[in-house]
Amino acid sequence: MMLINILGLLLIALIVWWFWLYKPGEVSISEEDIVVTVENGTYQPSRLKVSAGKPVTLTFLRKDASPCAATVIFSGADISEELPLNKAKAIALPAMQPGEYSFTCQMQMYRGTLVVD
Amino acid sequence: MENNFNKDGDRGSDKKPENAKNDVVTQELIIEGASCASCVAKIEDALKRVVGVDNAEMNFAQRTASVTGNVFPELLVKAVESAGYNAKTSKNESDEDVLEEKEQADLIYYRRLMREMTIALSLGVPLMVYSVIGGEMTVTTSTERMAWLIVGLMTLGVMVFSGKHFFVGAWRSLLNHSANMDTLIALGTGTAWFYSMVVVFFPSAVPDMARHVYFEATAMIIGLIDLGLALELKARGKTSEAIKRLIGLQVKTARVIRDGEEIDIRIEQVLLNDQVRVRPGEKIPVDGVVLEGHTAVDESMLTGEPMPVEKVKDDEVVGGTINKSGSVIFKATRIGKDTALAQIITMVKRAQNSKPPIGRLADVIAGYFVPVVMIIAVTSALVWLNFGPAPALAYAIVSATTVLIIACPCALGLATPMSVMVGVGKAAEAGVLIRNGEALQTCSKITAMILDKTGTITLGSPKVTKIHLANATDEDDVLQMAASLEAGSEHPLALSIVESAKEHNLKLDSVEKFNAITGHGVEGMVASKHLLFGNEKLMREQQVEIANYIGTAQAMAEQAQTPMYLAVDGHLAALIAVADPIKDDSISAIKRLQRNNIRVVMLTGDNRATAKAVADKVGIKEFFAEVLPEDKAKKVAELQMQNEIVGMTGDGINDAPALALANVGFAIGTGTDVAIESADITLMRGSLHGLADAIAVSKATLRNIKQNLFGAFVYNVAGVPFAAGVLYPFFGLLLSPVIAGAAMAFSSLTVVTNANRLRLFKAEEH
Repeated sequence: MMLINILGLLLIALIVWWFWLYKPGEVSISEEDIVVTVENGTYQPSRLKVSAGKPVTLTFLRKDASPCAATVIFSGADISEELPLNKAKAIALPAMQPGEYSFTCQMQMYRGTLVVD
Repeated sequence: MENNFNKDGDRGSDKKPENAKNDVVTQELIIEGASCASCVAKIEDALKRVVGVDNAEMNFAQRTASVTGNVFPELLVKAVESAGYNAKTSKNESDEDVLEEKEQADLIYYRRLMREMTIALSLGVPLMVYSVIGGEMTVTTSTERMAWLIVGLMTLGVMVFSGKHFFVGAWRSLLNHSANMDTLIALGTGTAWFYSMVVVFFPSAVPDMARHVYFEATAMIIGLIDLGLALELKARGKTSEAIKRLIGLQVKTARVIRDGEEIDIRIEQVLLNDQVRVRPGEKIPVDGVVLEGHTAVDESMLTGEPMPVEKVKDDEVVGGTINKSGSVIFKATRIGKDTALAQIITMVKRAQNSKPPIGRLADVIAGYFVPVVMIIAVTSALVWLNFGPAPALAYAIVSATTVLIIACPCALGLATPMSVMVGVGKAAEAGVLIRNGEALQTCSKITAMILDKTGTITLGSPKVTKIHLANATDEDDVLQMAASLEAGSEHPLALSIVESAKEHNLKLDSVEKFNAITGHGVEGMVASKHLLFGNEKLMREQQVEIANYIGTAQAMAEQAQTPMYLAVDGHLAALIAVADPIKDDSISAIKRLQRNNIRVVMLTGDNRATAKAVADKVGIKEFFAEVLPEDKAKKVAELQMQNEIVGMTGDGINDAPALALANVGFAIGTGTDVAIESADITLMRGSLHGLADAIAVSKATLRNIKQNLFGAFVYNVAGVPFAAGVLYPFFGLLLSPVIAGAAMAFSSLTVVTNANRLRLFKAEEH
């Protein structure tokens, strides 16, 4: 029983670490543009790095038929765009201040981070 | 770790050509700015140099280019632009096509979900019925083991066929360090199935009493959630009805006159300054100015104004409105993305997806929700194992599964956006364009409304309302003289006199020795007569006898008219009253605001007497006269100091600072000026009823959001502990995972359905 309890607590610790404490690596956006794929409930890659003070264009490709995936919202930049299914969609972002901005679906279930520095 | 991830990202970009690009296809581009045949070679050359293009040919007559190859259309447009021309893709670019495609995709997805639901429920329902009528769900004999093994494998089939998207989604987001609804469903149904399979394979590893299988739960939950998703998809379709209607207003073809010939062309091919012919009953294709003909146009779809609007030469027409009575030729002044309709669509779309501050807390919660639920599930299982009655293991599994299944982050996440979607669309239907969610929310709280007088309460174009004869004998003569004198003046009152003379078809004489006396009026010689035209001060200074007419002038001022004296050769000829008429429905609209307990305040640069007269007429008690344009913002600040949530209404040009400072700035548009930058809300129609409509819609929307949020919070806050079994020690109550699945599937459907109720909202009758 002791063992099960310890395992349970470890599982909780793992959940906390995996979802909250862990910082995934970033993908820098440079001249060669990166396509963010919207698939299976995720943005791939989900952590994008861009330079501050420079407008960038991100390309999204939605392969997820769920209506949740149909809109991507950059709340910090007041941008929300509809993503057509299986078709690339370019989204122009204005020059931004350094910081971390999240981009999400309408319901916040698909989440990505835009790191501006 | 970081390296690995980078590789992942790179793989993402390597994938691009195979996934994102189509195979070799022929695309058509519309080329603008190609004026000579030599451009053709240049454009073709530029297109051919794009990687992936096999061939490019331009049709100069049609100003189109067809390009064959495997390439993004955006790149082609860029290439043409860098060659110094403009290009548009002609295919799959119109909003209508995008919408159709989306609906098509949704339909396919809907059918898939229904198919998956049918399969899952056709296994789940019989199992469920079996267990309800008292069938043995435990594993004791070897025959039972065999039978349940077969059922278990069938359930696995259901999980693969009907629930694959949950499991793949859960796995992918897990790798991504994120968690969503899929995670919960996959974990919940997966746990139930896995435990059941352990019971089937190793019954001895499980205590006697806990040898229960839960295959029916897995199949039922997957089926019910698929059903919920399918129904939600249908309901969601309805939330975008308003934008669909706007998109549907866009016209596909236009009839233009080129080289003296009328030709029908696609709307994308209409160029600026093209002469466009519209016949009765047809839709006006783009924005423009009437060159020939007169007609009445139904603009209700954009402005909410039910009466058709008369259009004559030099009047503006707006694309998407319907030409009712006459045939007109107009000059295209705005095309493509610049038309009012296109801008409205963009604005409404953006606003529909933006979030009012009230939704932010829900967003923050939604962000932490899933891992928290997972932790609760683990905790609950541990508590059952440690303190629960026998069979503790079975209880632990059931409670963990139920917690995972019942929690619905979707209801929480959907609560705000669905209502905003419907509310903003509803407002747009009434001719009220709301910039974003924040404006929507603040608008619902407005306590004071400042109205600019000129152009807001009044029409903004002064007209001659009365001519009171003194020594003159003919009104037209008076008008003719005054207009001749003022013909060169820019003053708005002068313009109204000239305008009025034009309406009476009076011929104007030339003026000599014209002299404008600031603050007083003007003087000059017309047809050898010395004319003086201006206010009382001017007459007194020039010693014109007016004593008998001062009373008349005062009476005019009290009726919100501005009196002006005309003297001919030193004798008063007549008094001309000029007034800016109050819009027909200003009085009823202001009453409507006041009925809603909104403090209405009027601002004007006019003199006190006129201001008071207008305020009295429309029923406004508080007004500020002689306010300089730059002081309007100060008045907004003053009201804000009194703890009022201030709405400011103006024309959006002179009032920009005041509009920007107000909690909500309303701009009164004229039908074509849609994107008034300083305004939070633009009224497409000149009527002030738009204000009350905007406030009513925003209040209804906010109420709807609150209902949704409340429902979603209560559902989760009550549902999760119930599922974990907090009621068991007191009442012996424990929720079945299947019921949890049904509750979860229908909770988000309820949110969407409630948001759809907003579609029935009707603003108060005017």
